[in-house]
This record gives sequence, C-alpha cells and structure tokens, in this order.
Amino acid sequence: MTSRTSDLSEAAPLTVLDVFVAVLRRDVLIACRRSSEFVNPLMFFVIIVVLFPLALGSDPVQLRAVAPGVIWVAALLAVVLSLETIFRGDFEDGSLEQLLLSPFPTSVLVLAKIAAHWLVSGLPLLIISPLLGILLNLPAHVLPVLMFSLLLGTPVLSLLGAIGVALTVGLRRGGVLMPLLLLPLYVPVLIFGTGVLHSAVSGMPVAAHFYAMAALLSLAIGLAPLASAAALRVSLG
Amino acid sequence: MSEFLAMGGYAFYVWTSFGAVLLVMLVNALEAARHHRQLRRRLERSQRRDSEQSARQAVHQTTLQRRG
Amino acid sequence: MHRIFSQWASPVHFYRLTGRMIPWLWAATLLLLAVGLFGGLVLAPPDYQQGEAYRIIFVHVPSAWMAMFVYMSMAVSAAISLIWRIKLADIWAKVSAPLGASFTALALLTGSLWGKPMWGTWWVWDARITSVVILLFLYIGYMALRAAIEDRRTASRASAILILVGVVNVPIIHYSVIWWNTLHQGPTITRLDAPAIHVSMLIPLLVMALAFMLYYLTVGLMRARSEVLDQERNSRWVTELVREEAR
Repeated sequence: MTSRTSDLSEAAPLTVLDVFVAVLRRDVLIACRRSSEFVNPLMFFVIIVVLFPLALGSDPVQLRAVAPGVIWVAALLAVVLSLETIFRGDFEDGSLEQLLLSPFPTSVLVLAKIAAHWLVSGLPLLIISPLLGILLNLPAHVLPVLMFSLLLGTPVLSLLGAIGVALTVGLRRGGVLMPLLLLPLYVPVLIFGTGVLHSAVSGMPVAAHFYAMAALLSLAIGLAPLASAAALRVSLG
Repeated sequence: MSEFLAMGGYAFYVWTSFGAVLLVMLVNALEAARHHRQLRRRLERSQRRDSEQSARQAVHQTTLQRRG
Repeated sequence: MHRIFSQWASPVHFYRLTGRMIPWLWAATLLLLAVGLFGGLVLAPPDYQQGEAYRIIFVHVPSAWMAMFVYMSMAVSAAISLIWRIKLADIWAKVSAPLGASFTALALLTGSLWGKPMWGTWWVWDARITSVVILLFLYIGYMALRAAIEDRRTASRASAILILVGVVNVPIIHYSVIWWNTLHQGPTITRLDAPAIHVSMLIPLLVMALAFMLYYLTVGLMRARSEVLDQERNSRWVTELVREEAR
C-alpha cells in the first residue's frame, strides 16, 4: 500500500477538508472490505436486545417499560465492542504514527477516523433500531424519537470511545480496561438517551432532552478529538 | 457508659461506620509506612551487594596485576 | 519565591523537608481526630429527629467531601505534571488515587449504614449516591490504567489525560444524574442533608473534615516520599542517603 503522504502531495494544494474526507473515505472503505467490522457489532446489538424478552418474559407492558434502557445499553455495549477498530489496525501497521507526523492537525484526522467509525458502527444501529423498538413493544410514535436519540447519542459514544481507545492502544488487548474507563463518561449520554424515550412513551415533550443531547454532542465534537490526539501522542511515545 | 455504647439502639450502624473509617485510615497509614520500610531495606541490601561486588573486583584486579 | 518553588519541586529537598514535617502532621491529625470524635460522639446532643444514628454524619460527610476533594487535587496535579512536566505533581496524583478511592468507598458504606436505620433501606439510587458510585469508577479506572501501562512516563501522562477528561465530565455526570433522579423519583423523597445544622453539630463536623484533610496530606506525603525514593533510586542523593542511614 503506497504511503498516503506521497499520494496526497501529487494533488493540488490540499485543504484540511480534503484530508478529512480522504481519511474518512479510506477508513470506511477498509471497514467495508472487512465486513465483519460492522456486521459483528450490529448482530451483537440485535442479539442483546432479543435476549431480554427471553430473560424477562414476554409481557408486553414490562417490555415497553424496559425498552429504552435495554436498547440503549445494548447500543452502548455494541459500540464499545467495535471501538478497538478505530486505531488498532493502523497502530499495528504503523500508519498511526504516520498520521501523527502529518502536517495537518492531528485532531482533524482523528475526527475523520471517528466519523468513519460512527458511519460503520453507529449508523447501522440507528437504522435497525425501529425494528428492535417493535420487538420490545415500543409504540409507533416513539420510533422516530428512538432513531433521533441514537442519531445524537451514538456519535458521542464514538467520540468519547476514541479517547478510551487512544489511551489504551499501546497495550496488549486490555480486556475490560477500556470499558471500565469509558463507563463513567457514558453515563450522561445513557441518561439523556433513555430519558427522552421514557418521556416520549409517556407522551411528554421531548424537545428539551434533544437540546441537552445536542449540547453534549457539540461539546464532544469540540473536545474529544483534541483529547484523543493528545492521548495518541502519549501512547505512541 | 453502656448508654453511650448502645447509641440509642443504633449501636451496630454507628460503631460499624466509625470502626470502618478508622480501620481504613489505619490500614492505609500502616501500609504506607510498611512500604517505605521495605523500600529502604531493599535499597540498603542492593547497595551492600554493590559495594561487596566492587570490593571483590578490586581484589581481583590487584591479584591480576601482581600476576601480570 | 522561585527558589522556594524550585526547592519544593526538587526531589531531594522534598524528601528531606517532608521527612521532618510528617511527625508533626501526624500529631496534628491525631489531635484533630480525637477532638472531632469526642465532639461528635460525646458532646454533640442527639438529633431531635434521628436520635443517635445521625452521628454517622461525622464520618460520612467528611468522607464524601474528601472523595471529591482528592479527585480535584489529582486533577490539578495532573494538569501541573502535564503542562510543566513536574514529576512530583505526577507522584502526588498517583499516591492520591487509592486514598481518594478509600474515602469514596467509605462514603458509600457509611451512607448505606446511615440509610438503613433512617430510611429503612440499605441502598437507594438517589442522585448523590449514584454520583459517588460513578466517582468510584473514575478512581478505579485511573488506577487500572496506571497499572496497565508499563512505561512510567507513558503511564503518568496517559493517566493525567484520563483524569482531566474525567474532571471535565464530573459536572456533566453530576447534573445528568440529578436530572435522571427527578425523572424516576418515587413517592418517597430522601433527604440527605439535615435541614439547618446546629452549631454544636457543625463544629465537630468541621473539625473532622479538617482532620480528614490533614490525614490525606500526611499519608499522601508518606507515600509520595516512598515513590520519590523509588523513582530516584539510582541518583546520587539517594545512594548517599541510604549509606548514611545504614551506618
């Protein structure tokens, strides 16, 4: 595989946006080739959600009550499972170091990788979520709310997750260390994501929750790439 | 005195709380002291070993010089 | 001024200076603990609503305060160690973590022991307790990350980043948990603060809080000295020190 820097230097003067798109496309293409990267978390998501009726019983009222929590926890676990892929492959073949050496700001490149990760692992969850909502007996009017909450929430999971991965990328596969680091950070997203669904189910207004989630997302987009970039620099020594 | 210990019937809760706190504080403090002592001993031992080793080397050198 | 600062930042001065301070710090800590315990257990009158069980606040509240305070102090130290690369700051963060985690666990334990006689339940997922549980995970995560990374410098910088990310998140987590709690509030509302605390109870409480803080400083410095000795073991001042003391 030719070095990315030599490819890019042949083009006309590059803007940061060009590089962003280039990194994004590359990561998405790689993920598509290794289709297990996005099928596995998706299947994991579905399987966990299906386990709950089996574990709790099929009473539709109970399922509706637990649906927001079950879907969100399952999404959270599926994203954590898929997080390794953000930097691990590049770390192993040395292109992560290349990324850090690039003249373009690392946080932008990191943001591109995170965006690619979300497209591959967060977006599919969002797409399949209405089906899972139906499985857990969520009323039809709640399904768009479900999708929108995942739309606002799963990118935050990817963004914060990148920090956790960046801190541990140098370690041999660390088992539960990364989820342990991320769990406290995920609590606000989980609370707002499920909160908005509970509100929707009870017929209460949801706008305020979405504003809160949007605020979290903006904060995460602004700060997480910087923290991840710093953490990558530390991990790569 | 027994009234004091009984804590209005809440003896278990009150004394377990205070006991747990003092125990944890004690354990942390003792552990800090013990760790320090162990470290000092280890450093002393390794220093002794180094000086013995360099003394032996010095003797070895002089023996070689005499022979040489 | 700069000389004083550089003295503190220098390991050998730190080691010697704190060595002299520690016995005094212990004396002060034990004195304050004794006064606080006496004030809280003996002098303070029983509470009109909660009887004798309220006395648990004299260890519960200081533990909870220390849980937060130690985390903040770790965050400040981590920032200092990242920005100015002062090793002592990193050492302070490292040794603070188990102490902070201890206080957090104690806050949860004593809170539970207070909750059972007062509200009939060992555990309740109210906003404050839940936030403290999450704080405990933040501490454990920090210690786990430090332990997992072998290279000392990498470990210190990675864990510094982690704690700074954590400290930014703490207010967010706290407010989201408060909001979550109001959503799911059952009919019973727990009141963890005393309405207005009487001065005969406030004074022992403050004395205990001060005692806990001195304790943190004392044991923290003890552990920091060990850590300094360990990290500088190959330097000349350490070898000379060990030689002197061995005689």
